[in-house]
Amino acid sequence: MTADSEQIFNRAYGPVPRKEDARFVRGKGTFVDDVALPGMLYGAILRSPLAHARIRSVDTAAAEAHPSVEAVITGKTLAGRNLAWMPTLSADVQAVLATDKVRFQGQEVAFVVARDRYAARDALELINVEYEPLPAVIDARTALNPGAEVIRDDLAGRADNRIFDWSAGDKAATDAAFAAADVVVAQDMLYPRVHPAPLETCGAVADLDQVSGRLTIWCTTQAPHAHRTLYALVTGLPEHKIRIISPDIGGGFGNKVPIYPGYVCAVVAAMITGRPVKWVEDRSENLMSTTFARDYHMRGEIAATRDGKILGIRATVLADHGAFNGAAQPTGFPAGFFHIFTGSYDLRAAHCVVTGVYTNKAPGGVAYSCSFRITEAVYLVERMVDMVARELGMDPADLRMKNLLRPDQFPYTCPTGWQYDSGDYPRALRAALDLAGYEELRREQADKRRRGEFMGIGISFFTEGVGAGPRKHMDILGLGMADGADLRIYPTGKAVLGVSCQTQGQGHETTFAQLVAGELGLSPDDVEVVHGDTDRTPFGLGTYGSRSTAVSGAAAVMAARKARERARIVAAAMMEVAPDDLEWSDGAWRVRGDPDQAAPISAIAMAAHSGLELPDGVEAHLDAGTVYDPPNLTFPFGAYICVTDVDPGTGEVVVRRFIAVDDCGVRINPMIVEGQIHGGLADGVGMALMQAVAFDPEGNCLGGSFMDYLLPTAVECPSWELGATVTPSPHHPVGAKGIGESATVGSPAAVVNSVLDALAPFGVRHADMPLTPAAVWSAIQGRPLRSDLAISD
Amino acid sequence: MQITVNVNGTEYSRVVEPRLLLIHFIRDELRLTGSHWGCDTSNCGACVLWLDDTPVKSCTVLAAMADGRRVRTVEGLERDGELDPVQQGFARCHGLQCGFCTPGMMLTARWLLDHNPDPSEEEIRAAISGQICRCTGYENIVRAVRWAAKHDAGAERSAPGDRGDPGPTGEVA
Repeated sequence: MTADSEQIFNRAYGPVPRKEDARFVRGKGTFVDDVALPGMLYGAILRSPLAHARIRSVDTAAAEAHPSVEAVITGKTLAGRNLAWMPTLSADVQAVLATDKVRFQGQEVAFVVARDRYAARDALELINVEYEPLPAVIDARTALNPGAEVIRDDLAGRADNRIFDWSAGDKAATDAAFAAADVVVAQDMLYPRVHPAPLETCGAVADLDQVSGRLTIWCTTQAPHAHRTLYALVTGLPEHKIRIISPDIGGGFGNKVPIYPGYVCAVVAAMITGRPVKWVEDRSENLMSTTFARDYHMRGEIAATRDGKILGIRATVLADHGAFNGAAQPTGFPAGFFHIFTGSYDLRAAHCVVTGVYTNKAPGGVAYSCSFRITEAVYLVERMVDMVARELGMDPADLRMKNLLRPDQFPYTCPTGWQYDSGDYPRALRAALDLAGYEELRREQADKRRRGEFMGIGISFFTEGVGAGPRKHMDILGLGMADGADLRIYPTGKAVLGVSCQTQGQGHETTFAQLVAGELGLSPDDVEVVHGDTDRTPFGLGTYGSRSTAVSGAAAVMAARKARERARIVAAAMMEVAPDDLEWSDGAWRVRGDPDQAAPISAIAMAAHSGLELPDGVEAHLDAGTVYDPPNLTFPFGAYICVTDVDPGTGEVVVRRFIAVDDCGVRINPMIVEGQIHGGLADGVGMALMQAVAFDPEGNCLGGSFMDYLLPTAVECPSWELGATVTPSPHHPVGAKGIGESATVGSPAAVVNSVLDALAPFGVRHADMPLTPAAVWSAIQGRPLRSDLAISD
Repeated sequence: MQITVNVNGTEYSRVVEPRLLLIHFIRDELRLTGSHWGCDTSNCGACVLWLDDTPVKSCTVLAAMADGRRVRTVEGLERDGELDPVQQGFARCHGLQCGFCTPGMMLTARWLLDHNPDPSEEEIRAAISGQICRCTGYENIVRAVRWAAKHDAGAERSAPGDRGDPGPTGEVA
């Protein structure tokens, strides 16, 4: 373990208030829609009303004649520039503006550029598109039927809607484990399609300098540097002439990782008109066309002995990717990190098979704080563990405690190949049970059941793997997942850190300043963090998959340590001692045995910029740059307990309590960490009880506004009860692990397990999310609802 | 059409389209970009500001409806260089993450405290239940409002009229 006590109790760490808040509480943030440039035009997108149709013609004459319209761009315009299609993050292509067919409701067909945003919308009404409707493939389970309409006839040789078949684990060993089992439980379950729905929708302002050829794009992006490379590849513009500015971002959650057609259209419009062009989508466009998450039809099987020892797990998945495979995940992982579905348990064997299919629905799949599909995996395994507990008549807490990995098994290689870095799982589960007062809750539940009241207690235990790379195993479109950090230390000892990751509310400006301050004996106030501008920051892959602290944070620390080592040589020259005679303690280089002879960074920085003579080969100044290639993912984990009250008459579920014990290693700013957890827990309650994007048989999206796609408010959320254990990561330089997604990953299963625990007296084994009153009531009646389609079957 | 709106104590006269939404008037015409637009359907509350003395969702109010009236936005919370206790509470209690819902949340919170200086947790949750935050899980927003309640000098002091900014007609709420 490299995270020694100096790091864990680092004086710069702690719940310091956020630097970002000064501007936000004054309304002085700068979001993309706040950007206004002289002469700026506004773009709007005409979208397909149909889920599947051939385009016969697009008539833009009337729109072009509108007095406020400057340009109308169609697929044909883009095809002339070889821009009608663009690469997705999963080695597929996606139409920027449709040329041949529309493949989902809400797909981009034309782009109007006008002098104000209202006129741009008006002109959309003047475009006449003639469609020839085609049968729509909406239900993933019929996408591979013989005779199913082929959605992607644009791809050469494509005869069906299959995207990929992929498997992981050891089938023979798993079959053997199942053959040896006393009990096997199987369950079909759907993790419904949900949408991250950040409060700020996606948008861009593109500005092409006609003289220098410099293209500046203000954009809602979680990955500015990766976007810059992609724009260079897509447009043919040289990459050094492209600047991406990702200013303040109003929430991302994975929604702002991909490049969307609207961004490309804004860029093309800026090229065509010679003026800056702003495009900001409305809420319906955000919900209906940008990346969704999940839509996993799963079959889980679990094998155990009679006394509750889990032997093996199987998963068979039908993955609905929509009309284009736009899943944002490392190359070579078509199902993301789903094959971590062995969870937190010591079991012999596991095997999964995932089949990806196209449907006539919006593209996406990997988004919404899912840690590249670990969300789906955790849900599957935690449901299965609960079901086998019920089958065996065991308490689900006891069953988990019996099967959890033991601390002495770490580092632990799971049956599908992931190496978990560190963990003390029983300690976390015990902490959650204690915090909840588990025994007392079970007694209360028994009393209530006798009185005809239905309360549920649901547990989930999760292990995540976050902080991608290593770069040799993980890349996005060939870009290895390593992050740079660029640290400038000014003569007066103040520092500026440039990082490639991009905050969408995670508080990087504060946490990263704490990281650097902690290494250099500075106050976090002495460190300014620059991010979100590709001209001012080193290359890196961006913020998603909880990778900022795990990768960019580590890079910042390593850069600071590099600077500190140079400072040692400078300090030795200042004090006329040998560098080996110095030790770093209490925020300064001190002479061993004479700690009062000391030089803090502020004094060393001035000397490093002075004429002080330095040993041969030692450069002046203290600036340092680094690129951090993580040796492994970090594996945060946690134990969650949800207490619900269910009204069997109405099906209403009230989340009364939610207890969350998270272990994300060393917490640099515990206040920010807890805030991340709070938000994820609300997501979990939302997904378990309210959120789902459903479709009717024609492919009409039924979740296209906040009136139809329900998000939790303050009254659906309880006051969260948090606990923490700290098991440092052995390979992260300060022992930290990612935390941004843990609660979203871990909490839905706890809520669902709780509701199904409440419904146990009715004999309900399983019901799919979202557990709306209608879904709960129907489950009690023995007629479970399908949550992905408007029709039940 | 011409409208005159008093925004944070300053009168603005503009010629606008009758269909112009108040949120776009505030953001695009007056360049007060602290108020945000989030959903179009009055569900998210990112656009909440005060029309006269009442929080409204300005994505579903026409600018024309604000003619001759007072608007208070997040830019009007700070007084004489001092943050409103609500603003201080949000920063101190980590009541915000991305900051997008924050202005609307704070304006509702200010209104709540003006009418109920010592709200319970349930009352705070009910007051902000028409607004969505995607980041905080609401926990620290509730704490922030409780903090502000404790540090408010009192609802009287924070009423708009008592802060030296009587509306166009000189009326005090």
